[in-house]
Amino acid sequence: MTEKFINARGLQCPGPVVELFKVAKASQSGDVLTIEVTDSGFKKDIAAWCKKTGNELVSLVEEDGVTKAVIRKG
Amino acid sequence: MSSKTLIMFSGDLDKAMAGLIIANGAAAMGDDVTMFYTFWGLNVLRKAQKIAVRKSFMEKMFGWMMPRGAEKLGLSKMNFGGMGASMMKGIMKKKKVNSLPELIKSAQDLGVKFIACTMSMDVMGIRKEELIDGIEFAGVATYLGEADQSNVNLFI
Repeated sequence: MTEKFINARGLQCPGPVVELFKVAKASQSGDVLTIEVTDSGFKKDIAAWCKKTGNELVSLVEEDGVTKAVIRKG
Repeated sequence: MSSKTLIMFSGDLDKAMAGLIIANGAAAMGDDVTMFYTFWGLNVLRKAQKIAVRKSFMEKMFGWMMPRGAEKLGLSKMNFGGMGASMMKGIMKKKKVNSLPELIKSAQDLGVKFIACTMSMDVMGIRKEELIDGIEFAGVATYLGEADQSNVNLFI
């Protein structure tokens, strides 16, 4: 299992999911990806993305305008 | 895996961006995406530089009057002779929204299939050499074949 971090702060829609997709594509099942995003729509988007792509949303927290999502690759 | 098809009819900056944001998003969700560029939409795919090709007088006129490429498009509303588009691009840059050329590049990198409608190209006198690299050339049957497989189809 590998842990990866994606800094998507400052990126606007659809930037964060595009970056996440690229990293997820290059990852193995079970890998844990952490992404930090400032786009406010991402909080809803990440759930839809995980559901659609078959990945698990482990946690989702927002602090000081930054959304931090932890995803386990399915 | 599902697929999405988009008919890109408009040559307006805002509409071209909307379509490409959806295309990038869909590709990032793991979908196959096909964008069928037709009529005014072809201007989005024109290369910025002038390409030397043989054209009739009418075709040349068309070429002069239409925007040459993604950087030159106007807004569908409040364009004010291009001033609106410039202002919008300025605001978007400030807010770190990807520009239209960046969205096209990103979509191509994600494997979005770009198809230019050959009939529209013929009507408007646009040659293959004048359009950006990495695109396919086909007609309505190719688009319909893709649309049959897709679960979302948009006309923009």
